[in-house]
Amino acid sequence: MGLCMTNPLYRKDIVSISDLSKTDLELIVKLASIFKKQGPGPYLQQKVIASCFFEASTRTRLSFETAVQRLGGSLIGFSDGANTSTKKGETLTDSIHMISSYADAIIMRHPREGAARLAAEVADVPVINGGDGANQHPSQTLLDLFTIFECQGTLDNLSIAFVGDLKYGRTVHSLAQAMCHFNPTFYFVAPDVLKMPGYIEDGLVAQGVTFEYVSSLEEVVEKVDVLYMTRVQKERFDPTEYMHIASRYVLTADMLSSAKPDMKVLHPLPRVDEIHPDVDRTRHAYYFTQAENGVYAREALMSLVMNEVIEELEYA
Amino acid sequence: MRETMAVEAIENGTVIDHIPAGQGLNILSRIQVRNSQARVTVGLNLRSGGNGTKDIIKVEGWLFSEFDAAEMALYAPNATVNIIEDYQVRKKFPIGLPAEFTGIFDCPNSNCISHTEPVATRFYVREQVRPIQLTCHFCERSFTDSLFTRNG
Ligand SMILES: [Zn+2]
Repeated sequence: MGLCMTNPLYRKDIVSISDLSKTDLELIVKLASIFKKQGPGPYLQQKVIASCFFEASTRTRLSFETAVQRLGGSLIGFSDGANTSTKKGETLTDSIHMISSYADAIIMRHPREGAARLAAEVADVPVINGGDGANQHPSQTLLDLFTIFECQGTLDNLSIAFVGDLKYGRTVHSLAQAMCHFNPTFYFVAPDVLKMPGYIEDGLVAQGVTFEYVSSLEEVVEKVDVLYMTRVQKERFDPTEYMHIASRYVLTADMLSSAKPDMKVLHPLPRVDEIHPDVDRTRHAYYFTQAENGVYAREALMSLVMNEVIEELEYA
Repeated sequence: MRETMAVEAIENGTVIDHIPAGQGLNILSRIQVRNSQARVTVGLNLRSGGNGTKDIIKVEGWLFSEFDAAEMALYAPNATVNIIEDYQVRKKFPIGLPAEFTGIFDCPNSNCISHTEPVATRFYVREQVRPIQLTCHFCERSFTDSLFTRNG
């Protein structure tokens, strides 16, 4: 790494996790660790960042906006689609044209799939996807990667179990895809109707990633470094079916007795009842730290996109 | 209809032969979208070799490029394109799948941004899988080709 190396994320749109190389992911994770330890540098000073939430998402918005403020940037934007010109019939293309002439970067969330890709093509400034419908939410994946790196000390050669709704959970899809760069072993614990989609499995096979379906949580607890829990949504089942299914994907503290000492439980939150509160007091609970890590991962991402050179990385 | 009518010679134009029976009308509608004035003759369920049947389309005065032909590939992956000049077959090539389709098909995902914005749809062809899949440039979903070819 040369001292004046331009970082590969500079001025890049962050639309989909598949746009990011292994090096990109490692840079973000590394910088997030540094920022968490010593605080972020003033990497957005004099910058105006547009935070455009065409659909409300309080968690994601607050996390991004905190990151921008801590980096010294200022914000413009809106927190839901209700009062924007979109409601008056303006196309997203026109809105983004206008916003891109005011701001140095655009963070956006939109209810339609593909909105961020379209915006990135229209805007002259970098576009950061904060969620486009059911499609992508790359900053969530980045915070997951950072959290895994933080609790395991590496991203390489880890065993990870994904539990719950693996069919509709885009968090799980993106994280599985991102982890493929790091030679993982995956275990999937899900009801038949909520299995990983075929295209994700095809992708894993194509990349030579080992994965296995396991019928019960107990069976994987002792094997894995990370247990990634997700919510099984009630709406997808009739009530009795839900009771049967959901109860099999609930983690309780007594199930963790056989776990490796450093095994950590992650969850994108909010949880409903898939992690019993008694797990919170075990050494394995890591989901609250994971939520907190969102700000550090977003600080790292925004710094890298908006600055050609990051001093902390040059000398790290 | 006598078969000779359908395959009657044209002076200049394109004959698309060996279209799977039933797909001729889909191809016809694509041709009409490209050029509503095109002079077209269609032969449906014609005899093809042994026991099979096929459709044939003749377009007068329009010499297809390989690019023109490529967008028909989802309907008729094994069809042959004959370029006719002065009543002679000047060139013959198989329809080939392009690497991507731009502005041709609507995205089957109704929540895709391409439906509400003034943009051309774009799909990347994934040939390595069977059935062939098309991946939307915008919503990133992959669809099997039958979703596009059903009822044109
Ligand atoms: Zn689409």
